[in-house]
Amino acid sequence: MSDAPTDRGRHLLSVTDLGADGIAEVLAVSDAFAEVGRRAIPKVPALRGRTVVTLFAEESTRTRLSFETAARRLSADVLSFPTATSSVKKGESLRDTVETVAAMGVDAFVVRHPCAGAPAQVARWVDAAVVNAGDGWHEHPTQALLDCYTIRQVLAERSGRSLGDTGTECFSGLRVGIVGDIRHSRVARSLVGALAPLGAVVTLIAPGSLLPTSLEGWPVEAVTHDLDDVLGSLDVCYLLRLQLERGSGAFLPSVREYSAGYGLTARRAARLGDGALVMHPGPMNRGVEIADEVADLPGSVVLRQVANGVAVRMAVLFLLLGSGPGADPASLVSGAAGE
Amino acid sequence: MAERERRLTPPRGGVFVPRVQVLSAEDVQRALVRIAHEIVERNHGLEDVVVIGLQTGGVPLAHRIGHVLEEVTGTNVAVGTLDVAFYRDDIGIRPVLPEATTEIPGDLAGQLVVLVDDVLFTGRTVRAALNALADYGRARSVQLAVMVDRGHRELPIRPDYVGKNMPTRIDEQVDVSLDGVVLGDVVPR
Repeated sequence: MSDAPTDRGRHLLSVTDLGADGIAEVLAVSDAFAEVGRRAIPKVPALRGRTVVTLFAEESTRTRLSFETAARRLSADVLSFPTATSSVKKGESLRDTVETVAAMGVDAFVVRHPCAGAPAQVARWVDAAVVNAGDGWHEHPTQALLDCYTIRQVLAERSGRSLGDTGTECFSGLRVGIVGDIRHSRVARSLVGALAPLGAVVTLIAPGSLLPTSLEGWPVEAVTHDLDDVLGSLDVCYLLRLQLERGSGAFLPSVREYSAGYGLTARRAARLGDGALVMHPGPMNRGVEIADEVADLPGSVVLRQVANGVAVRMAVLFLLLGSGPGADPASLVSGAAGE
Repeated sequence: MAERERRLTPPRGGVFVPRVQVLSAEDVQRALVRIAHEIVERNHGLEDVVVIGLQTGGVPLAHRIGHVLEEVTGTNVAVGTLDVAFYRDDIGIRPVLPEATTEIPGDLAGQLVVLVDDVLFTGRTVRAALNALADYGRARSVQLAVMVDRGHRELPIRPDYVGKNMPTRIDEQVDVSLDGVVLGDVVPR
């Protein structure tokens, strides 16, 4: 058995492993990769000769493409392993699948799985670095990191500062409302886990049936069932997707009723504070949690979130694979210099 | 050597202990003025010249050279910065992290690039910088200016403009800033 999956710096399994310093480091390194993305040739040789496997037991085209683009822009070789259509169908266990692929010589696994904890299991089975690309209702750390990066980018632009001079102080006291199906949302769990250590004030907004059964361990300021009540006080309004394919519908009287109470309609959007950001992890259900016209408002940074995803995932892969054997085991947290 | 290299040289987090001041702040300024004049002389003016400082040690020197060039010739000189972290050949061998921003002024195709760094040692940073520059366009020519050439090259690279040639032991450290050049050692913490 290799190292325990919780050892920091080797894997990215949960955003809470990073802490405030680790998140700040990922954001700072993402800046460098965002610059790479703006070049005529958006590719650097940093991870030449390394192999990254995307192992998606649950299809997610946009996340997989984002990771694969990130790996390719670092010059890594990319193998794509859609378990939904491969040997897993023939009855092979996840462990056998992973160990078989690992035997080909793999430096990193990017794992998406419907079961919470599957990436942590994979990390126990292989020597390679493991990145959690979403596991069940548990976590989706890179989504939370790219959301934080997007918030920081927009706030830096507004304050007229360059990103290089911007740390994470812009999160201090930032009022973020997360609206929707918190119960089934790995995005919400990771986002709260990232925003809380950075000093943001998070409010969860959902009908009672879509809240987790227990909020123990959720570092949030407040929980409310009334979106209209808090709308005007938010700096960031983060809308979650109503995951009908995961059975969110069974927790609601009807989708229309949800939309009436928690959807960001044009009328509600008008009552958002000046300069409030509207965010969504995608794919959007237009007309359900977000109205057509709202998705295209200037305060909506949904497309920026997607664009930043590649830079942030490049940073994560580079920090995990590029720091080398001499690196401090906590390099992702404390900085490779270990100071 | 740049702050970054010193910080990352194993054992990590060593402390730089200064031993001898080799150049004073005035010496550094005089060397930069001379290098600026040599750049004008060698290139018959400043047409198409772009000065690019390597992060992090070369950046203040590049800005100072750009400033002197503008004073000497009365024309504007483009000054940029380059972080070569992603092009280093020791990624995965020792910790490598990007430290600062890359800002290349415009397309480099057809330009005459003067790379500026504080210390020329193994030549590996310059090798990485040449690869990085190629991604910004095909420069007409690339020249290298360094404040200190301390020897111990591991690659066939030589500087075009040198502030001071300084033979060193391989385990010594050279610290360059606008305040002067100091020779010292890195002592484990």
